[in-house]
Amino acid sequence: MPQSNKIVSLDDTNRAIINMLQDGFPICEEPFAEVSEQLGIDQDDLIARISTLREEGVLSRFGPLYNAERLGGGLSLAAIKVPDEDFDRIADIVNSFPEVAHNYAREDAFNMWFVLATETPDQIDAMVARIEEATGLPVMNVPKLEEFSINLRFAV
Amino acid sequence: MVLNSTEMLIAETLAEGLPICSRPYQKIGEAYGLSERQVIETISSLCDKGVVSRFGLIVRHRKIGFTENAMVVWDIPDDQVVRVGEIFAARKAVTLCYQRPRRLPQWPYNLFCMIHGRERDVVMVEVAKLVEVSGITNIPYDVLFSTHAYKQRGAKYSQAEAVYAAE
Repeated sequence: MPQSNKIVSLDDTNRAIINMLQDGFPICEEPFAEVSEQLGIDQDDLIARISTLREEGVLSRFGPLYNAERLGGGLSLAAIKVPDEDFDRIADIVNSFPEVAHNYAREDAFNMWFVLATETPDQIDAMVARIEEATGLPVMNVPKLEEFSINLRFAV
Repeated sequence: MVLNSTEMLIAETLAEGLPICSRPYQKIGEAYGLSERQVIETISSLCDKGVVSRFGLIVRHRKIGFTENAMVVWDIPDDQVVRVGEIFAARKAVTLCYQRPRRLPQWPYNLFCMIHGRERDVVMVEVAKLVEVSGITNIPYDVLFSTHAYKQRGAKYSQAEAVYAAE
């Protein structure tokens, strides 16, 4: 899905919706009715606002956030030192792999950082090797050893 | 984690997102010959099993102004990394905190955390705060701001999508 970089401004009601629903959405017969009551707004208004936020790309997801590892998947973070003049070409190669979920340019000698997501954990090493072969550059793989927090919540 | 066929079906269906209508669970059920109650129970069970780590709304943070995203990396003595990781993780500004392997000699850092902000100065103030609360003097660290997001895929079963969208 193409994303523009335009920043969307939020009114107070949308802020309240986002702040509340990042903590969870009710799993009951009429969840929007429950949420709209708590927010003191009309259910139809709530539904329309959430639809719009999703269409505008403010929401990357409305529903479940899966734990890939519990589902048997492999995940890792990897980095490459890419010569500046070659960055876009290498980015195209790395991004062409469907197992590359995210790729970020960062300010460091290791200037390309990407997340690998594979169907099983034992496929990570093979992916690293394939990316090294395709780019001609060494890949540093730094899988998670210990997780201290996932607190992905933004107070807006 | 072994899922039964109903859980599998619901997990796949929900990967597309929840229908936005007054009875979303009924609507999912209608498409697959399940009752609203069965859908609700199945989703609850996926949450209980930890297959769904969060059920709600996930924002695309850049889109609402969180454009200054720093990966802060630290070289912490091995016998202190759990203690420091837990301290960092408890701070509100830290969205992710992981221990990862060093790759010497080129990569000395073994603790990674993410801080997202609207302004770089504010992020750097929080980094200074982390230095302070770590309890380690002359702690080696580096701050890697992201300058461009090349790919943010909406993978099917992707924890990566949400978790690492942050990175």
